[in-house]
Amino acid sequence: MIRVLEPGALTTVQDLGRPGQLRYGIPPSGPVDRAAFVLANRLVGNPDGAAGLECTVVGLRFECQVPCAIAVTGAAMPVTINGREAEAWRTLPLRPGDVVRLGPARAGVRAYVAFSGGIDVPPVLGSRATYVRGRLGGLEGRALRREDVLRLFPAPPPRPRRVRPEAVPSYAGEPEIRVVLGPQDDAFTEDGLQAFLTGPYEMLPQSDRMGARMRGPRIAHRRGHDIISDGIALGSIQVPGDGQPIALLVDRQSTGGYTKVATVCSFDIGRLGQVKPGQRLRFRALSLADAHRALRQSLAALEDVLSDG
Amino acid sequence: MELGDEISVEINTRVRALEYLVQQKGLPGVVETVPTFRSLLVYYDPTVVGWDALCAALRELAAQAERTTLPPPRRVELPCCYDAEMGFDLEAAARRLELSVEELVRLHSEAEYLVYFIGFTPGLPYMAGLPARLRIPRLETPRTRVPAGSVGIGGIQCCIYSVDSPGGYWVLGRTPLRLYDPGAADPILLRPGDRVTFRRIDRAEFDAITRAVEAGTFRPVIS
Repeated sequence: MIRVLEPGALTTVQDLGRPGQLRYGIPPSGPVDRAAFVLANRLVGNPDGAAGLECTVVGLRFECQVPCAIAVTGAAMPVTINGREAEAWRTLPLRPGDVVRLGPARAGVRAYVAFSGGIDVPPVLGSRATYVRGRLGGLEGRALRREDVLRLFPAPPPRPRRVRPEAVPSYAGEPEIRVVLGPQDDAFTEDGLQAFLTGPYEMLPQSDRMGARMRGPRIAHRRGHDIISDGIALGSIQVPGDGQPIALLVDRQSTGGYTKVATVCSFDIGRLGQVKPGQRLRFRALSLADAHRALRQSLAALEDVLSDG
Repeated sequence: MELGDEISVEINTRVRALEYLVQQKGLPGVVETVPTFRSLLVYYDPTVVGWDALCAALRELAAQAERTTLPPPRRVELPCCYDAEMGFDLEAAARRLELSVEELVRLHSEAEYLVYFIGFTPGLPYMAGLPARLRIPRLETPRTRVPAGSVGIGGIQCCIYSVDSPGGYWVLGRTPLRLYDPGAADPILLRPGDRVTFRRIDRAEFDAITRAVEAGTFRPVIS
């Protein structure tokens, strides 16, 4: 059992999400930074889809009441166990009574905590992921609160491992986010498209799990900014009349009526979701074939980052 | 995949037929689909199926979709209370349309609506079938909060709010049924392709059905 002492700013139970429900208007949810989430699970010997926690900006403090192992990945939130510094991106064995704290993020936005065995909450429509706006899944469809208690599935102690230091992402600087143009890139002027691909864009504080809102050079429309409402993919970049981009994320609305200039490649969604408000980024267009090649590379890279120790 | 560039029952029927064929066929690599007015969003895993192969398969199914007969639609009856308290735009909409409130309610409740698709918020239906006499521009200033279950009209649409949310439709009434119920085993009431009718109810019946819905004992009329 895990007892929540301080819930942090927005901490939710997530697994790899709830596919198949978008045609009913229910988004998949799941972690924004999928790669970081998967690595946390692997570090504690879990299958990739075991339920863990997503912390936002400021992490939680919790007491562990059973022997288990945890791993913390994603945003650089300083980790302490009983007040002593501990390392992220590695297996951390805990004893009953240990108190773990994740501090405010120094870089990045979302950190992940995996527990050996995974969190035992009832699956809803086949998933334990929390969709807060829809009050669905996770722990009673909501973010964690003080004094919540989470049960864990039993699991043997995992082999201690770490993510090799050179494979730990930094989240700082001005990242380049790769996109594929379309489906309505023809609704924009040449200058508008040029502005979009030149940038930079600054992340806005109104961003959340539904969408990343940014501000930067105006992406000017050739004609109107409305289309007949159609489906919104993960990473779709909508541009309303103000010419500013909104990239739709895991808790997105399923359909919408704004023109979409491009789609963020799935392997860069996590990186986009780690850009802090005020931090800047640029977009770079890939051909579809290059995007598919880069996807294969990123999946292969994820298989090759753990080492013993 | 886009099958046209207008909102019409014909094009939307082909979209739903294409989705039906994709489901029947079980195309490898297809993860999920989202039908809308005139297009089908297909999520696929490019490590399983390539873009060109997928497009070829979809084009073939889209051609078949023109002569495919969909399974018979479900007919769903939604009780709806048109009292002024719930249909808070009823009088203003009637004035704007130059109808009496009674005529407006009669025209709205006698029509049969087709669910083009579900989207935007969980369980929210986009519906065809609004009588031409009831076409009305959306509210100039959208409301910041409209209660779930509110039945509204705007443009060529009739809409039912599935959760409390902002919105620009003229609200004519409210259904006590939950279009989205996160506590239910099946949280979504309506499906793409459903035929929807409204049954006019008074406040007493609205309250009685609300209680039955809360107790989990109400069974909506679906045939």
